[in-house]
Amino acid sequence: MEVAKIENLSRIYTIGQMETRALKNVNLSIENGEFTALVGPSGSGKTTLLQLIGCLDQPTSGKVYVNGKDVSQLNRNQRADMRRGAIGFIFQFFALIPTLTAYENIEMPLLLNGKNPAERQARVKEMLKAVELEDHSHHRPDQLSGGQQQRVAIARALVTQPALILADEPTANLDTPNGKMVMETMVRLNQETGVTFVFATHDPRVIQYARRVVTLRDGMIESDESGLAANPETFAESSMMI
Amino acid sequence: MIQLIKMAYRDLGRNRRRSFFSALALGIGLALLLLMASVIQGEMRSSMDMSIQLQSGHLQVRSVNYDPDKNSLAWEDLVENPEQVASQISSLAPVKAASPRLFASGIVSVADETAGVSILGIDPASEASAPYRDGLVSGDYLTADDREGVLIGRKLADILGLSTGDTISVMANTSNGDVDEQIFTIRGLFATGSPYYDQTTLIMPISKAQAITQTENHASTIFVLLTERDMTEPVVAALKSDKLEVVTWRTMNELITQVEQMSSGFMIVIYLIVLGITATVIVNTLVMAVFERTREIGILAAIGMRGSRIMAMFFAESTLLALGGILIGLVLGGIMVAYATYVGFYIGDFGIEGLLIGDRIYAYLTLTDAVSLIITAFVVSLLAALYPALLASRMEPVTALHSGE
Repeated sequence: MEVAKIENLSRIYTIGQMETRALKNVNLSIENGEFTALVGPSGSGKTTLLQLIGCLDQPTSGKVYVNGKDVSQLNRNQRADMRRGAIGFIFQFFALIPTLTAYENIEMPLLLNGKNPAERQARVKEMLKAVELEDHSHHRPDQLSGGQQQRVAIARALVTQPALILADEPTANLDTPNGKMVMETMVRLNQETGVTFVFATHDPRVIQYARRVVTLRDGMIESDESGLAANPETFAESSMMI
Repeated sequence: MIQLIKMAYRDLGRNRRRSFFSALALGIGLALLLLMASVIQGEMRSSMDMSIQLQSGHLQVRSVNYDPDKNSLAWEDLVENPEQVASQISSLAPVKAASPRLFASGIVSVADETAGVSILGIDPASEASAPYRDGLVSGDYLTADDREGVLIGRKLADILGLSTGDTISVMANTSNGDVDEQIFTIRGLFATGSPYYDQTTLIMPISKAQAITQTENHASTIFVLLTERDMTEPVVAALKSDKLEVVTWRTMNELITQVEQMSSGFMIVIYLIVLGITATVIVNTLVMAVFERTREIGILAAIGMRGSRIMAMFFAESTLLALGGILIGLVLGGIMVAYATYVGFYIGDFGIEGLLIGDRIYAYLTLTDAVSLIITAFVVSLLAALYPALLASRMEPVTALHSGE
């Protein structure tokens, strides 16, 4: 089943009189349960593609479908509703609210979805356990390490049980051990919950974890390789290589 | 909602100094307005009370021909058999005191000094004359049969260099258009609290005033005090007559009422200016918060927070700032109003005919004024949050997320 589909997608940024074509007629389909990397150098369009799939931005032309729904022309509120319901985000800079504790950061999407306190408490505790941060629930981001903060971000992204998690350079601000921990957490959750992960990266250490690698260059898909790290042993070997 | 308020509280705590000074600005503005409102209200009430006690009474019964601006002494313009009329009026339930009074123009002379005065003939024993009895600062009070004694205001005495026991010459108009002059002895000095009144009024028993002005058995007016200020209607209805008119304190104090209305309108403008200035502080605080937290706003939008909820976040911060400012304002304002209420401010000699002003202003804060100011301050603070809240809610998530990169 397709979680996300892109048809002839283009995005042009206009700054003053300068036009920049970030994406050029891209076509892509993401299936349920994938663990896919969008790779490419800076300016290749991978972040733009992620933002368009995640309804953070609107295409200049083309279509974007999430869970079968055309999200290309939704208004701002409709896109917010879509993100709240079906999509989770993990950012390079962790993106936690500094005045909220780890518990409260993870709880925020559930609050926005109008869940009752009992449901929220049960779900947040479940996610804290999943990312192994039960003992840090009351800590604020400035009291957590980079890796811990990113795991809180992962928990927040997953707490509403979205169909799709989009991660933009999730390990870029982490050292190697923390980066490894974060990627292993993402892999484990992908396997345990079946949630689809799509992450943008140019870090070869991270690409190793992906089962599918879509390479972009100059706003177009250059290659699309599947079956990578499909063998669990290969997965383990890939992990040990980092 | 609780989460929103919790976030707002913590967000304000990120820069406690800035938040405190924002609230303080609102608090000082509110405190000053409470003081202004209470001083104006106190002064208006004081003027009205003073005018009722000294000049207008709650009612006056006078001839339909009488013009108070001319102080006519012609018999056809005066009340005949005033004691009888006063006695009839006194029998009505809401009436506390009814006393005949005679007004005449005069000149006081002593050595080379002269001063124009209003001669006021009173019944010294009447309850209506209590302000003069209670305001005596030296000497003795008058008796009804005193043919040579007068009371003058302390202010007039100071100007003419007079004291109790001194003799003065008083020249008064008479009913037939002539002038009569007689020598009087100052029995005592009075101080009513209104320097203007004290400077321009000379008091004698009404029988003597009638004699000097040749208006025997006549009075300018029957001065009436009621048990309740607002009981004028039934008394007016009971006193309807072809020859006499009944004038209420509201009519006689139109100038005070108009000044009060004008000052109320003026005060609203002052309120808005002061609160507008303090609101700009809140706008500045919140706009800075929006720009400092642009990326955070992008995060919240990215996880699905709608623009309206982002707006609500900033309104929550503005609400907390407003509540803090109002609390500060009530404390500061309470202290200042309490001082002004019990100690007052000395303002010296003010007042004109028709608008008596005491030499000391005391504040009087009404619940209506306090509540309306608090609500206005709160609403202005919320309005101040509108621009920053709109700014935050309309940010594109993509742009906000990448700000600062």
